[in-house]
Amino acid sequence: MTRYLLQRLGYMLITLFIIATVSFFLMKMLPGSPLNEEKLTEEQLEIVLDKYGLNDPVPVQYVRYMGGLVRGDLGISFAFDNTPVTEILMDRIGPSVILGLQAIIIGTSLGIILGLIAAVFHNGFLDYTSTVIAVLGTSIPSFVFAGLLQYVFAVKLEWFPVALWGDPIHTVLPTIALAIGPMATAARFIRTEMIEVLNSNYITTARAKGLSQAAIVLKHGFRNAVIPLITVIGPLAVSLMTGSLVIEKIFAIPGIGEQFVSSVMVNDYPTIMGTTLLYAFGFVVIILIIDILYGIIDPRIRVAGGDR
Amino acid sequence: MKKTRWMLLLAVLMLVSTVLAACGGGKEEGKKDAGKGASEQVLRLTNGDTIPTMDSALATDQYAFQFLGATMEGLYRLGEDGQLEEGIAVDHEVSEDGLTWTFKLREDARWSNGDPVTAHDFVFAWRRAVDPDTGSEYGPYMMGGVIKNATAVNKGEVPVEELGVRAEDDYTLVVELENPTPYFESLTTFGTFYPLNEDFVKEQGDKYATSTDTLLFNGPFKLENWKSTANEWQLVKNEDYWDKDAVKLEKITYVVMKDPQASADLYEKGEVDETRLTADLVDVYSTRDDFITIPTSSVFYLKLNQVRNGEETPLANENIRHAIMRAFDKEAAVNEIINDGSIPANGLIPKDFVQVPGTDKDFRETNGDLAVYDVEEAQKYWEKGLEELGTDKVTLEFLGDDSENAKVLNEYIANQLTSNLPGLEIKIRNVPFEQRLDADTKQDYDIQLAGWGPDYLDPYTFLSLWVTDGGNNKMGYSNPEYDKLLEDAQTTYVNDPEKRYEALLKAEKILFEDAAIAPIYQRSYAYLRDPKLKGVIANKFGPDYEYKWAYIEE
Repeated sequence: MTRYLLQRLGYMLITLFIIATVSFFLMKMLPGSPLNEEKLTEEQLEIVLDKYGLNDPVPVQYVRYMGGLVRGDLGISFAFDNTPVTEILMDRIGPSVILGLQAIIIGTSLGIILGLIAAVFHNGFLDYTSTVIAVLGTSIPSFVFAGLLQYVFAVKLEWFPVALWGDPIHTVLPTIALAIGPMATAARFIRTEMIEVLNSNYITTARAKGLSQAAIVLKHGFRNAVIPLITVIGPLAVSLMTGSLVIEKIFAIPGIGEQFVSSVMVNDYPTIMGTTLLYAFGFVVIILIIDILYGIIDPRIRVAGGDR
Repeated sequence: MKKTRWMLLLAVLMLVSTVLAACGGGKEEGKKDAGKGASEQVLRLTNGDTIPTMDSALATDQYAFQFLGATMEGLYRLGEDGQLEEGIAVDHEVSEDGLTWTFKLREDARWSNGDPVTAHDFVFAWRRAVDPDTGSEYGPYMMGGVIKNATAVNKGEVPVEELGVRAEDDYTLVVELENPTPYFESLTTFGTFYPLNEDFVKEQGDKYATSTDTLLFNGPFKLENWKSTANEWQLVKNEDYWDKDAVKLEKITYVVMKDPQASADLYEKGEVDETRLTADLVDVYSTRDDFITIPTSSVFYLKLNQVRNGEETPLANENIRHAIMRAFDKEAAVNEIINDGSIPANGLIPKDFVQVPGTDKDFRETNGDLAVYDVEEAQKYWEKGLEELGTDKVTLEFLGDDSENAKVLNEYIANQLTSNLPGLEIKIRNVPFEQRLDADTKQDYDIQLAGWGPDYLDPYTFLSLWVTDGGNNKMGYSNPEYDKLLEDAQTTYVNDPEKRYEALLKAEKILFEDAAIAPIYQRSYAYLRDPKLKGVIANKFGPDYEYKWAYIEE
């Protein structure tokens, strides 16, 4: 297990290195410049370009950036003068992670319940109801749903604050708006998998042995059905925790998703790189966790890959 | 098997605890919010974005200048209708040749750490603004050609000490100008010209102006709980401010709201006292008593590029430009699309910006409508132009950006042009704002929708854009007569306001006789504002709003 983990950590570093390299050069291909201002005189433009090292050839800039990265230095933002990128990331990631975690937990839990109900009552009224909910959840764009939640529960009923960030109550509406996606995904996956599993031979055997319906569904069925779900929920969790542009904008949440998009718009190179790498880092970590989880849920999937 | 049960249990527990935590914390907060109304002298506002910097030398955007304006004070301050009010300076004298300005400073002005505000603070700040090491964008732009040696210092040709500003004593500031500058007074109200406390700035180093703790203030308000990534902050009355008795607001709270609908919802719930409305929201609220529109001095127009990649475009033909200038309905554009109180622009200098000296008439009124919508005229010019070009088909690229309303407006104008001018084909290229500026710098477009906001109170801030090879011309426009008039305005007539304005008025006329640009509209902003809020001044340039004299009516 230790050896496996070390090996995986090595792969993670290589993956991050490749991602950093590719994004660096892709970013340099973005049209426009971070210093495109109507009022910058040409002499001054040169001075500022020198100051940020943007006059050097791209490979030189790349080596310098990677050098900083190794030392944990993500550079200084162009858009927020003299503010280190790490500080921006630290300030912004909190709200996004809180919302993302809440949404993924609530969304998948509800989705699993919906999916189980649908599978157990296959082709019945409850199945159709939960399928309709899941389809609506997938097809309604989040900005429509968020706007609707905001209007009904904040403006009209006044149960929740309209927007802003601070107290736990501020997280309720954005969490629901974000949770709808994972809920729908989980419900569809669990339903499909459970229907398949429940029709398999070992379930028939279990029934023949006289096990209760609950035991069959939860112990024998669910455990097998949940594996494909974990595969998709992992990446979904990362993308939720790294923030949603739309939700953060509508509810005025100081999160990282909105920050990422705005830094791309103004070619704030260090911040673009910082957010991309943060996303990538979250992604590889989650993938590792998922691989470990597989083994726990289904001991047939051996993480160590056998002893050689 | 046991593990599954644990996991389920865990999932359920997490779910329940999150929901409980969310609901539990909320109830008290809900009550607290509901009880909050517009209370005594506390104003609650939203801001469209974060404040990227509070360094007066590095500031470039509207929010930086807004909050610098609220917390700082230069030699003078902008009051009602662009009138200058006393600031750190109480008085000044100008030498006969208009080149030496001597400012007498007040002795009771203090920084928020108790230090007196002195002439040395101005010397330090202005030198810093043009010092190449500072990397200021506005410093060289605002001071170059105005303050003696500013450009030379910025290019590194002479040491920074050679900049034409010195402290004769602690409270006498002497400024030497490169050329007589009739609008220099109004420049001194601008952010780039604010003083800085040298000891403090040096002590903070690179961290200066990145958070409340690394800032000093000398203006009506102090900024609290701010750092560059902050989403909430407050302005509180500065008790050290020399004119604190004039300041009535105790506190202004700000939250960043980027979504206009959510911001309007906050206003409707009484959680903020003002909200800006975008075009799509105006129709919903425009009949209410608390709906207001505030005109600005920003003008938007089509730049008609005559030279692209070293080759003449069809727009190098004057008749073609005249046709385009007349071929779109501006009235419909401001009423149907922009929809926020903006008015059609039929010239370059905005309405209510400056008055012509010796008269009490507005510049715009004096010169009248120079470019109006007229399809018949447009088509006559168009036919003539096509004939001269020897073609019956012209294809032009229309460069626009993605700022508010821009996409719809681009489509609308392109559609108007193609339907009114037979044989014209337009390809729209919508790019992000920064990329539009990039294309502008490279002069890589045919028609571009662009805008300009003034930097000081003088028509020169607009007219100087189009001098031959000017830094922001970037459309190949050149007319020696125009250049001469502008040069005269800055030299020959510089001390004769009436003659000077004659030249500027004439220059604007020439611009449209040449159909160099096609003006579209002068921008307004639409707001819902609590009618109890009084005394907010909308500035013609610099910080958008002045709250020094604002108050909430009891």
